Amino acid sequence: MSPIKRLSGLLLIVKRSLRQHALSTAITLLSVALASGLVMAVFCVNDQTYDAFTGGPVGFDAVLGARGSQLQLVLNTVFHLETSPGNVPWELYTTVKKDPRVQLAIPYAVGDNYRGFRIVGTTEEIFTQFEYQKGRKLTPEAGGRVFDPRRREAVIGRTVAQKTGLRVGSVFNPYHGVVYDTSKRHEEEYVVAGVTGISNSPSDRVVWIPIEGIFRMEGHVLRGTGEEYRATAGEEIPDKHKEVSAVMLKFKSPQAGFAMDQTINKQGKVSTLAWPIGAVMAELFDKIGWVNKILGLVAYLVVVVAAGSIMASIYNTMNERRREFAILRALGAKRRTVFSAIVLESTAIATLGSVLGYAVYGAIVVAAAIVVKQQTGVVLDPLKFHPSLVLTLAGMVGVGALSGVVPAFKAYATDVASNLVAAS
Amino acid sequence: MSLLEIRDLRKSYDSPEGVRTLVIDVPRFDLAPGEQVALQGSSGSGKTTFLNLIAGILKADAGKILVDGNEVTALSEARRDEYRARTISYVFQTFNLLQGYTAAENVMLGMMFGQGPDLAFAKKLLERVGLADRMNYRPRQLSVGQQQRVALARALANRPKLILADEPTGNLDHVRAREALSLLREACRESGASLLLVSHDREVLGAFDRVEELSIVNQASRRPAAPIGQAVKS
Repeated sequence: MSPIKRLSGLLLIVKRSLRQHALSTAITLLSVALASGLVMAVFCVNDQTYDAFTGGPVGFDAVLGARGSQLQLVLNTVFHLETSPGNVPWELYTTVKKDPRVQLAIPYAVGDNYRGFRIVGTTEEIFTQFEYQKGRKLTPEAGGRVFDPRRREAVIGRTVAQKTGLRVGSVFNPYHGVVYDTSKRHEEEYVVAGVTGISNSPSDRVVWIPIEGIFRMEGHVLRGTGEEYRATAGEEIPDKHKEVSAVMLKFKSPQAGFAMDQTINKQGKVSTLAWPIGAVMAELFDKIGWVNKILGLVAYLVVVVAAGSIMASIYNTMNERRREFAILRALGAKRRTVFSAIVLESTAIATLGSVLGYAVYGAIVVAAAIVVKQQTGVVLDPLKFHPSLVLTLAGMVGVGALSGVVPAFKAYATDVASNLVAAS
Repeated sequence: MSLLEIRDLRKSYDSPEGVRTLVIDVPRFDLAPGEQVALQGSSGSGKTTFLNLIAGILKADAGKILVDGNEVTALSEARRDEYRARTISYVFQTFNLLQGYTAAENVMLGMMFGQGPDLAFAKKLLERVGLADRMNYRPRQLSVGQQQRVALARALANRPKLILADEPTGNLDHVRAREALSLLREACRESGASLLLVSHDREVLGAFDRVEELSIVNQASRRPAAPIGQAVKS
């Protein structure tokens, strides 16, 4: 008999058995689908999140800010999370900007929000010079333009526009602090001058205003000299009083990063250089790596439970199927044929369950992507290939085949004569 | 030359108490190609064991069974499986159809482990037994007589040289039993298969030219019953 005919015979036996035990098959399929979906989702979300936060399209090489935690500095300025570790004098910004090793230096001043979206005071260079990815700039879409640095104008990210309903020409009041509190409304009114196109980066969640606007915001106090200074309308603010939350830097060469790291972090005492940004974020993931390990462990345990449920569901049918095996043997089926049919059945359940698992995976990853984007602006791609998408299927098929071995041995050992008809 | 030759065939069973009981002791039995023989045997006469030995389901303790020149008693278990798949077939009193399968699929099981599944041939056989319109019915959806006809079609599916029938009409009423027997014998004649049928039904036995008394063929059944707790020397 040809292998194809033999396989089609085995598949018929498997198909009929699955149909006869439809309920237990369906429940087992579901448990396998959940297990494989969970495993794939844990590894994909973990790796994609790691990649997005450590090597994503940040556009800057380093962040210069107040003396303190590099991680806090990066989270605050690049991902617009956490609070600012403090301010540095404006003079530091101008010094760094003139440094021949620095290609681009853009000041950030933070501390306000609009309905929970961070307001960042900066210069027009963020739109004209900064590239969040090679060749891609935060350009306002048609109908809008870059803010005028002398006016109360704003450029908002695409997500801000979608979530708040603001559009070009809209007027809004900033709120003090990084947490939205209606009692902390600033009196200044800002007009939306432009909306940036979608960048799939944290910048989509930012309201950009001229840095002068932050300096002059009602209630803001500048301490560039160490003494408190409040801006007065119509009077220019002396540079010595100005301060910034951070300076975003792009170097002309990687060597510049090494050198400035030495100067600022190891020898200096005034400020902190978070460099390279990816490595700083990788440290965070290293610190919380145990969470991922636990998640992975839970996923593997679910796989073990699924394997157990495959074995139990088939094993439980063995007694009622003894006669079936005896009949098949009486018709000429070899012991190994019956054994193979059971292993094939468990493999089929694992395979079908794993295929369904892609739907579970899709649902988890899409949900995770939505949450991550809402919280950080970082975009995960549910369709991005990950080796676990193949390895999980292969692994589950293997686990399924192994789960069938114990019941298959029981089928293998079925005595034909005693289960066929009573001997007379 | 005989299709089936049995010489000095012996089979014993051990009881749970450890008593060995000889149940089959057939010095000689022959069946010619295409011949149809009925064995008359009452319950407990060892008829199912005898058929299971010929079918290779059970292994003999001693003696020889030759079917179409092949010594079944010398074959390994896997070879006996192949022999069952290709050379013989079995018709059971309880039909032994698989409930989850359609009539056509049940028939295909008869050829599955030999030549391989052939749906067209399965349908042809069902047409032959008058069930052309019941191909996709499951056993529960068929009458008892129809189920037996499916079992008969399955027995013909591997184009056997020998068909073993164990009380094939035992579960049928008088009319259907006669129909089934007639169909079975006719189908054997058409295919050239020999038929060895075991029954205790006088009407069934009366239809055969050659009827053997199992209690004569099997000398074990003529021995006195073993005393309780004592083994009978085999």
